[in-house]
Amino acid sequence: MSSLQPVVFVDGARTPFARAGSLYAHTRADDLMVKVIRELMRRNPSLPPERIDDIAVAAATQTGDQGMNIGRSVALLSGLPSTVPGYSIDRWCAGAMTAVTTLSASIMAGAYDVAIAGGVEHMTHHPMGEGIDPNPRYLAEKLVDPEALLMGKTAENLHDRFPHLTKERADAYAVASQEKTAKAYANGLLQPDLVPVATRDAENGWGYVTTDEGPRPGTSMEGLAGLKTPFRPHGRVTAGNASALTDGATGAVLASEGVARELGLSAKMRMVGFAFAGVEPEVMGVGPVPSTEKALQRAGMTIADIDLFEINEAFAVQVLAFLDHFDIADDDPRVNPMGGAIAVGHPLASSGIRLMTNLARDFEANPDARYGITTMCIGLGMGGTVIWERVEEDAK
Amino acid sequence: MSDVTFPDEVVTESRLRLVDIPSGTFGLISLDNGRDHTRPSTFGPQGLRSLQAAIDEAAATPGIVGIGVTGKPFIFAVGADLSAIGVVADSSIIEEFAKLGHDVFRRLGELSVPTFAFVNGAAMGGGLELALHCKYRTLDASAAGLSLPEVFLGLVPGWGGAWLLPHLIGPQRALDVIINNSMNQNKQLRPAQAAELGVVDVVFEPADFLEQSLAWADDVISGRTRIERPAADTESWDQVVAGYRAGVDARIHGATPAPYRALDLVAAAKTANRDDAFAAEDTALTDLVMGDDLRASLYSFDLVQRRAKKPVGVPDKELARPVTKVGIVGAGLMASQLAMLFARRLQVPVVMTDLDQERVDAGVGRVHADIDALAAKGRLSADKASRLKGLVSGSTDVAAFAGAEFILEAVFEDLSVKKEVFAAIEDVVSETCILATNTSSLSVTAMASDLRHPERVVGFHFFNPVAVMPLLEIARAEKTDDASVATAFAVGKELKKSCVLVADAPAFVVNRLLIRYLSEITRAVDEGSEFEVADRAMNPLGLPMSPFSLLQLVGMGVAAHTSASMHEAFPDRYYLSPNLQRMLDNGLNAVWVWNDDGTATLDPRVAEVYQRGDTALDEDQIRARALDALADEARRMLDEGVVAEAQDIDLCMILGAGWPFWLGGLTPLLDRTGTSERVTGQRFLAPGVASLPT
Repeated sequence: MSSLQPVVFVDGARTPFARAGSLYAHTRADDLMVKVIRELMRRNPSLPPERIDDIAVAAATQTGDQGMNIGRSVALLSGLPSTVPGYSIDRWCAGAMTAVTTLSASIMAGAYDVAIAGGVEHMTHHPMGEGIDPNPRYLAEKLVDPEALLMGKTAENLHDRFPHLTKERADAYAVASQEKTAKAYANGLLQPDLVPVATRDAENGWGYVTTDEGPRPGTSMEGLAGLKTPFRPHGRVTAGNASALTDGATGAVLASEGVARELGLSAKMRMVGFAFAGVEPEVMGVGPVPSTEKALQRAGMTIADIDLFEINEAFAVQVLAFLDHFDIADDDPRVNPMGGAIAVGHPLASSGIRLMTNLARDFEANPDARYGITTMCIGLGMGGTVIWERVEEDAK
Repeated sequence: MSDVTFPDEVVTESRLRLVDIPSGTFGLISLDNGRDHTRPSTFGPQGLRSLQAAIDEAAATPGIVGIGVTGKPFIFAVGADLSAIGVVADSSIIEEFAKLGHDVFRRLGELSVPTFAFVNGAAMGGGLELALHCKYRTLDASAAGLSLPEVFLGLVPGWGGAWLLPHLIGPQRALDVIINNSMNQNKQLRPAQAAELGVVDVVFEPADFLEQSLAWADDVISGRTRIERPAADTESWDQVVAGYRAGVDARIHGATPAPYRALDLVAAAKTANRDDAFAAEDTALTDLVMGDDLRASLYSFDLVQRRAKKPVGVPDKELARPVTKVGIVGAGLMASQLAMLFARRLQVPVVMTDLDQERVDAGVGRVHADIDALAAKGRLSADKASRLKGLVSGSTDVAAFAGAEFILEAVFEDLSVKKEVFAAIEDVVSETCILATNTSSLSVTAMASDLRHPERVVGFHFFNPVAVMPLLEIARAEKTDDASVATAFAVGKELKKSCVLVADAPAFVVNRLLIRYLSEITRAVDEGSEFEVADRAMNPLGLPMSPFSLLQLVGMGVAAHTSASMHEAFPDRYYLSPNLQRMLDNGLNAVWVWNDDGTATLDPRVAEVYQRGDTALDEDQIRARALDALADEARRMLDEGVVAEAQDIDLCMILGAGWPFWLGGLTPLLDRTGTSERVTGQRFLAPGVASLPT
């Protein structure tokens, strides 16, 4: 335990994402998570299951099929040895990201060798805000703006703060996200990390979900222009330039670099550092700015060092705010090369690992890239950022 | 297509969905009757037509790369809708239905695209045959209920199974499934066994069974996975079938047609083509469905499945009192078996008592050894074994029963001894503690007569060996109250026994009938019939054992004792053979000496002491006497109200004496042979209840 152990991202996978109320309506959240963990074990046969030191699974609502300490529960349901422990974790949208950073910290400290991080959100079974009981002091003492708990309104607030981030720019970004996703699908870049899910409902029998349900290829500016702005009359945020309510699960295998080598596990990328930072809750979308600055600073890097960006597209305006701050063009090809949540959806606590799984593929597709970040905004005013580094072939 | 219909069919719908697998578009058919797993999916004519439509639609889909069939949760499909078959009286409907099943299922084996059965749960009979028609099969590792139970029910695997299975896995393995498992209490295949036999190609874990099945199907379709199917060895085919036929003969002596028809089909499968084989199956099915044996079997099956689980005439179960501690009086062999059963099933403390410490220690020791043996076999974890052993204790003092809510006595069959036992216990237990007796022939009412609280005394009659035999006769004595009966039934259910409510009449149901019938056999021999002839007399019924073998199993001592007490109760009907006493006096416990080759010869010592007359009867005459006696006794039992209905007699004979399904237990046999009307002037059951509707 004397020196810090470098942590590598061994492998990531996820279920196809489905629109809330749709394909997974009759499928349990914990079953979605189980299918991902089992696929990760199948894909990494040289990982002895008993070597997994811990499993952390994130969910923003931890009741029902996301309750009962879902981390431990899915370990048992996945058929892992009973010696493998598990816990649950919550940081709303950054749950899976936090599962990764927390487990990685344990690996760095030498407490763990191998761990599995996961995230699941079944927004059909657990709509946003289910069972919440905000302290009355929030309002009484004006601790936060009343709009802080409605994410769409925080996105509108962001447009207010940055008037030059217009609806047109947001829509253009959304159209591009759909195009990039469609292209990635056409090139078979996203499919390898999808774990098919068999679904069943009494009326139609068994089905088989193999691709994301969300993408709307062919989305146009004209199409988006006419959409309603549900969060504010004559507002700017629409279903077209925001991520949809979505069901899905993600998972990743993390290991110390030495143990990965010992076990013959692949090392897709190495963690350089991470940071989380808070902002005013009513403009939570700007969270990735301070978290990225903090992570870069602690790593002794600048934004110029970053070759690839996987930023969660909760709202187009929130991505634009980030890019604007760092003086990156709206259509910079380093950003979300395979599209993002505006197309595939954002099952809250699971999205963090989707970003990492994508980034690992981005590194493959961009051999000259050395550093990349995954970053996302978080409800109640936060941002999270993880910096990753390519693992050179000879270092594997 | 056939437009045959069944009344009130619970239709299993086939729902087709086109799904994407890497190879292309795949037709996934779900079988679902819209009910939960307690009503498994079955096939009637509408269900078959629904499947046909789904297969047709899938096959007609442009670019389809494969078709797979799977079921609703826990159930793949369990075959033909038997409830409807039981009421169909027209043979042309049956034949048409049999053909329809073939026509639909065989398409899965004859399409040009690969077909798959993803067997996600129970697959019995026609359900398993549907899977056999597919070119490939995957199986869920948690699937419970895999079998071809047709012969068990009095049918043959008649939707392709008798031809497909021997060609898939060879005649020997096929007959193990079709004949041996079926005739061995309808034994089911475990998933690993099904794979080992070759019935399925691959087994996947339940957590992502369908996903892995589809991935495997994709591998097969793309050629990444190849399944070799060597042709079955036809050289030894005839010999194998002959061997199984000899086994069936030895066991049931031609008593019922189904296993023989199945053997015939498998024999013919060696050379028959699909068309001829399937036509032969249609004929066999129709013949069997139009026979009384099948009707009686369906009746028996219903008794065992339904009536055994919902006993008739039992007080409201809400009246039952909780039982958190049990006492067993006696520490002998039977008592040890009972203590084991109660500890295992009820998981409450069980105290055994006996006269001296040595017997107590031996009794408790036997139970502990049984628990250790189960643990050694891996059927109990070390912790569970330790828990169970901790539950079983012994004492020489009945005071150890304090706090018990259920006491079962299993001491020597002597009324005064049992009365003393209960009187002593009454001083140490609560006034509502059940006092149960495992007596097989004594009066429960008499046993209770001098107690302060006779209303808590019940008869609780097990059959040997108690861990195996499913029947429990629960006797209500004169003063037994509803709460005590309800408690006894609640305990019986927890013991996982099938309980039948009987009146407190001598020997209750099973023993009363068996002893009456055995007494007719011994009387015939005493009068001068040959042992061999008498012992063969019941062969045409296919009973589980011959009369003298049964006598030996019961034990000459017990047989003599119970015969005597039945003779005492009904001297004009229950013949008491002086020869049984003579054998007992000479220490002879069996008539037969078993030779190494499995044949039996008369023990010369028996021949010496046994005194026979000179009136010899043949098998038919002896059997007629036995059946006449059984008809007489069964009618009296109903008239006396020993049980509520003839159905209870039949259920008892099936579960307590192992009498075959195809006899319907007892009374359908007596009705079918005309015995009941001749002897008692009436039938037991209306025509059609357990026989062909007229």
